[in-house]
Amino acid sequence: MATAFNDVFETQNNQPAEAEAVVVRFAGDSGDGMQLTGGQFTLSSALSGNDFATFPDFPAEIRAPQGTTFGVSAFQINFGSVDIETAGDEPDVLVAMNPAALRTNIQSLKKGGLAIIDTGEFGARNLAKAGYAVNPLTDDSLAQWQILAFDISAQTLAAVKPFGLGNKEALRCKNMWTLGLALWMFDRDRAPLIAWLQSKFSKNPVLAQANAAALNAGHAYGETAEIGGPLKQYHVDAAVAEPGYYRTVTGGESLALGLVAGAKLAGLEMFFGSYPITPASPILHNLARLKEFGVTTFQAEDEIAAICSAIGASYAGQLGVTSSSGPGIALKGEALGLAIITELPLVIVNSQRGGPSTGLPTKTEQSDLYQAVYGRNGDAPLIVLATRAPSDCFDVAIEACRLATQFMTPVMVLTDGYIANAAEPWRVPDRAEFHAFPVDFDAEPDADGRVLPYARDPQTLRRKWIKPGTPGMMHRIGGIEKAIDTGHINYEPANHQAMTDIRKAKIDGVANFIPPQAPEIGNSKGRLAVVGWGSTYGAIRKAVQRARAKGLDVSHIHIRHIWPLPANLGELLRGYDKVLVPEMNTGQLKTVLRDQYLIDARPLNKVSGHPFKIAEIEAAIDGMLG
Amino acid sequence: MNAMTPITRPDEWATDQEVRWCPGCGDYAILKAVQRTMPDLGTARENTVFVSGIGCSSRFPYYMETYGFHTIHGRAPAVATGIKLANPELDVWIVTGDGDGLSIGGNHMLHLLRRNLDVQLLLFNNEIYGLTKGQYSPTSRTGTRSPTTPFGSVERPLAPCAFAMGAGARFVARTIDTAQKNMPEVLKRAHAHKGTSFVEIFQNCIVYNADVFAAFTEKKNAADNQLWCVHGQPLLFAGGAKGLRLNHETVELEVVDIAVGDTTEVLIHDETNRVQAQFLIDMPFGPFPMALGVLYCDPATSFEVAVESQRNRVVGDKVADFNALLRKGQSWEIKAKELRAV
Repeated sequence: MATAFNDVFETQNNQPAEAEAVVVRFAGDSGDGMQLTGGQFTLSSALSGNDFATFPDFPAEIRAPQGTTFGVSAFQINFGSVDIETAGDEPDVLVAMNPAALRTNIQSLKKGGLAIIDTGEFGARNLAKAGYAVNPLTDDSLAQWQILAFDISAQTLAAVKPFGLGNKEALRCKNMWTLGLALWMFDRDRAPLIAWLQSKFSKNPVLAQANAAALNAGHAYGETAEIGGPLKQYHVDAAVAEPGYYRTVTGGESLALGLVAGAKLAGLEMFFGSYPITPASPILHNLARLKEFGVTTFQAEDEIAAICSAIGASYAGQLGVTSSSGPGIALKGEALGLAIITELPLVIVNSQRGGPSTGLPTKTEQSDLYQAVYGRNGDAPLIVLATRAPSDCFDVAIEACRLATQFMTPVMVLTDGYIANAAEPWRVPDRAEFHAFPVDFDAEPDADGRVLPYARDPQTLRRKWIKPGTPGMMHRIGGIEKAIDTGHINYEPANHQAMTDIRKAKIDGVANFIPPQAPEIGNSKGRLAVVGWGSTYGAIRKAVQRARAKGLDVSHIHIRHIWPLPANLGELLRGYDKVLVPEMNTGQLKTVLRDQYLIDARPLNKVSGHPFKIAEIEAAIDGMLG
Repeated sequence: MNAMTPITRPDEWATDQEVRWCPGCGDYAILKAVQRTMPDLGTARENTVFVSGIGCSSRFPYYMETYGFHTIHGRAPAVATGIKLANPELDVWIVTGDGDGLSIGGNHMLHLLRRNLDVQLLLFNNEIYGLTKGQYSPTSRTGTRSPTTPFGSVERPLAPCAFAMGAGARFVARTIDTAQKNMPEVLKRAHAHKGTSFVEIFQNCIVYNADVFAAFTEKKNAADNQLWCVHGQPLLFAGGAKGLRLNHETVELEVVDIAVGDTTEVLIHDETNRVQAQFLIDMPFGPFPMALGVLYCDPATSFEVAVESQRNRVVGDKVADFNALLRKGQSWEIKAKELRAV
């Protein structure tokens, strides 16, 4: 990514310098409001017309002890006038609200980058909590960066003094002071933020005024402190974007909207049964408010009840959906088998996080691909899709609803913690742009007067969907092997062979009803294909763009349909000399590709809880083609 | 349910599937009683759904000419919750056992009762695991010898009706597999009750736990040991020769012999009285008879009704404008070469 911040010219004639793209990271204590600051800075970027990507990175503890390194909460945003695909490899600007935030984040700051530090929090106690034996502001340990250290706490207290807040409350305005400074740095309009503060604190006008005063004071500080110091003002132009209506969207929001759209397009009401789990809960939160869209949400007593209630709703004729993260998906495993054998439509969303077990609840990973594709007892195939970015969740959710209802099968959607929480601008589609895929329930016995719930559509192998309440169509289904037509209990060897074959053939056949795979970037033959899935999309795309700019023959292939894989994928991959598969796991898609196509797919793996850096993938490409 | 519901016969509620329980199993009697009761409920077969988990009892749906879902172990209440919320018009019956409902599915049972979903829940209690060949269950009495407890179980058994009361059930009843006269009445009451109707049925597992309830189910023991509770009637048994009264000093129930026709001291069954129901459920068998019939019935808003009424209240006259939903929040419009906040 072209972060041009350090290449910009000196400020001239008091005009802000121009930058193409900038990465800023706000880091502070969990209680410092860094996520809020980042979120509002994101809004400001959106309103300035910048393209952007964000990376909220927060601890699993709700309020970790103050001042500790494990209580540090950070929010990174990459914004620019050019296409932004990731939250950025290295920040150009780091705002560190205390020693712990400095210690845990300074190493990722770009060499020569600017660190803005609140010295008001650099007392002996906080330094000790962060593990600093010596105050880093007093030795030369920060020499490779530009440091702007001053007492933001004192500045804030002075700014909000007229409002008579207590010391603790007054210091809570620090994040708005910092946001004000950031708004000045990047030449932003304060008015929308002031309006937001007024609405947020509409019940407490004093707090609204105090926060606005802090914001203004931070902005004014920038104006006056500019001369002579490392602080400079930059202007990032609006990105060139397709005309249209835009909003910021996180993966959690986008997935919820996509599910609502998907159910509507199928002509069904939606039932969403879920149990709270990080980082999947935002989907439930978002849907719980949408009752007027035919959505019933049910917070079940556990993960198993969540999926079972969704299966019950699908049986009764709604579109059942459930959502969780890896540990919860593990609990749902047996019920997934029930949905597979009863061939009911079901959408299961897995917002992946670091594993195994409880693992890293708030950190991202892609290590549930095996679980999705293979993780059940018996031969139990289902469809697996993967989202690659917050806005992409919308389209993938619709695709999941389409496949679930058209094939009468569970569909698992793999998203991840990064996508769930990250925000990006999204050009909002119009309802008219969608194609409906209405469901037909079966209400009549066959020509011979028989009720055969397992009779199939010859093309898709979809079984019939008969709603309870339909006269003359009473039948029984369940988890015991079904007779091939009536669905009655049947243990006969030939029947089990036939039913297992049919279940496999049905899912395999989905490959004929999905788009063929094409490269995102590059040729469909060549020296190297970088094959990704999920949230590595942005980093791979940028790395491949850079490599191609250097003249390397490399293509980017990004797979949405994980299972079954697109029908042409094997042939496509065989057209490249080498295949590189970057994944945030130990090589799961790589194994699937090797198994399916007997190709020498090479892994590039990272499981640090943080997304890939562009440079890491770029280096791997260089290594493969060097 | 509605005037159009056709009148049916018991045999029309039976499927053509061969019943696969062991000969002599108490489940046959329960199936027969249910099939006999259904025509009297005024509901249509197509609006009826039987949902079960895993275990001998859970084969039940295959034998009912209704909609049926044989789910997975312990999870029938969860599946039923989805069914009923998706279509509250359906008449949903859950069939479970002591293992399915109180061991692997205990958590779902708890929450079903707490939420008070409008379903009938028939818990076939035979105090043993049948389908897995005779291991002790959570309701097995201490000392039960089984393949997994060759020297006798050391665990204390769970009392299903006490569990139900603790979970907040609003309808608790108890009956016996062979009680062909009384069971249909209990089932009708369960069906009429809006909310979760918890019905424990003592069921004789002829293979692994035969006659475990004989002390009160056998003909010769029945009169002296069965107390059929009827709302508004004195709590009498042994052909009216004995009754239950409350000792006000110890706050305990005690058995009294009735002097000729004088029942003044005998407690009158008040099925809406939670404390009294708890007494009837908790009284130890032996010194006391087994309380049967509708022990507790005090209706409260059922879950699906609460969900629906909240939906109606919240939705009001809101129009589901999908385009507006997509554009909610922080949005802006880019026209050709122009940017403005909205």
